[in-house]
Amino acid sequence: MSRAQARWCWLMIAPATIGLLLFTVGPMLTSLWLSFTDYDVVSTPKFVGLANYKYLLTADPSFWVSVKVTALYAIGSVPLGLFAALMVAMLLNLDVPFRGAFRTLYYLPTLLPATVSGVLWAWIFQPTDGALNQLLLKVGVHGPAWTQSPSWALPALILMSMWGFGGAMVIFLAGLQESPRALHEAAALDGATQWRRFWVVTWPALTPTVFFNLTMGLIGAMKAFDQAFAFGQSNGAGVGGPARSTLFYVLNLYTKAFEHFHMGLASAMAWLLFAVIGLVTFINFRLSKRWVYDEATG
Amino acid sequence: MKARLLPALAITFVGLLICLAPLLWMLSTSLKPFEEILKGGVSLIPSHPRVANYSEALHQFDFLRSFGNSVFVAVLTVLGTLASSIPAGYAFARLKARGSNWVFIGLLATLMLPGQITIIPVFRVFASLGMVDTYAPLILPAWLGTNAFAIFLLRQFFRTLPEETMEAARLDGASEGKILVRIAVPLAKPAVVTVAVFAFLASWNDLWGPLVYLHRQERMTLPVALVDFVGGAATVQGTPWNLVMAAAVVTVLPAVILFAVCQKSFVSGIANTGLK
Repeated sequence: MSRAQARWCWLMIAPATIGLLLFTVGPMLTSLWLSFTDYDVVSTPKFVGLANYKYLLTADPSFWVSVKVTALYAIGSVPLGLFAALMVAMLLNLDVPFRGAFRTLYYLPTLLPATVSGVLWAWIFQPTDGALNQLLLKVGVHGPAWTQSPSWALPALILMSMWGFGGAMVIFLAGLQESPRALHEAAALDGATQWRRFWVVTWPALTPTVFFNLTMGLIGAMKAFDQAFAFGQSNGAGVGGPARSTLFYVLNLYTKAFEHFHMGLASAMAWLLFAVIGLVTFINFRLSKRWVYDEATG
Repeated sequence: MKARLLPALAITFVGLLICLAPLLWMLSTSLKPFEEILKGGVSLIPSHPRVANYSEALHQFDFLRSFGNSVFVAVLTVLGTLASSIPAGYAFARLKARGSNWVFIGLLATLMLPGQITIIPVFRVFASLGMVDTYAPLILPAWLGTNAFAIFLLRQFFRTLPEETMEAARLDGASEGKILVRIAVPLAKPAVVTVAVFAFLASWNDLWGPLVYLHRQERMTLPVALVDFVGGAATVQGTPWNLVMAAAVVTVLPAVILFAVCQKSFVSGIANTGLK
């Protein structure tokens, strides 16, 4: 019976096992090897040692630009998105009427393809006809040129990213519902203010959820592509523009790989991204010990 | 309702309006005549609502064909995801075989892996098989269990099913395959629906894959077609945002409808597994 079970087990996981080898393990090894070669798809890869890495880190004119764009985006968009998600989740966690409907509708924008968000917000952020600047004008403010301005295009994308807070919101909501009701009631009886109750009861119980959303948000921000591509395509300044101010890391990688066919260089970029994502996640885990509440140790 | 909830309700409502305003703006723009776009203004109600924008957008760019392409890719991706991840999820939850645990750990690890790292070698393989500019690179991986999220979600769900039912079937001589099809899958309907909706949305919304693998215009899926349209639609007078937004509405609509139909199991599915 257990031999039959083992046979069934392998039969059932066979497709996924083949997929894992074919689409992940194999390609990872190949990609690592390609990152040490000069490869343009047509001719055979030529081994060049660390030259790709060296070129990226010291000579490539766009590498550090895209690192900076992506870092600023992550630093700006992740906290803003988490803040919005937490605020809405806490509102919905009060027993307001129509909670279910509110939750669904608040989630709606998150459902849209990032491509559509990018195109839609490029329209909203148009310097003269755009809805945002027209609204600002009504209150007497001359808005910046957003999509056309090298210093305002990235902030526009950061503001836009806030719109996708729904995923984090739903997870926060689940976290809030686990928050111990008895403790809330005890604190209320002791006369603790709302503010104090939030910091003493709600927040500690919520920290693991915050940590999860923070980690996923940072990884997502470092891999941002769709919205930036669509935004650049719609703003008339071209992908990554204006003046490379929205040249995200993965956008840069895509251009190198599939427009200029510098596959070796792009592979090296992918491995550097992987390393940074690993490092950021590791640091995040280490720091989390200082602020994430662990039920086991208190 | 307690009186102190009234301000909370008001804030929630105003917040929702702000949150949905861009969507309303998209809809409103899609119905405005081009002259009104040129004039600017922030009125949500079009002066002369113009449904013809939709047929114009659909004509100027072959959106119907892209729509069909997107449906084709998404449906086959969903079927593949279900076919490969339901058995895998069940096996990881309920069956034991030497080494199977390593496969599970490997699959979990792919969740953290940026897709950019494997894209070039995978592209190389598909190119050498002559499959670039076909739908195979977009669909085939789903049939081979590359959706690790789906496998994980289903595994978590299968683990919660009562062991006794399955043990009873086993004693009656039912094979594991039969138990999966006859007992486990019917019980796991909410998880299966969640996985199907996730897989559909991921495929429907994907820009990266089609951008890398598809070349010919008539093969494009909706997100690429939309991006191409907005990039090429600008005239001397400016971008016809009304047509672009009409195209955007068409792109979004199936996802919104699907969400409306399945939202209950979908939202709880996200909350339970911590997926986006």
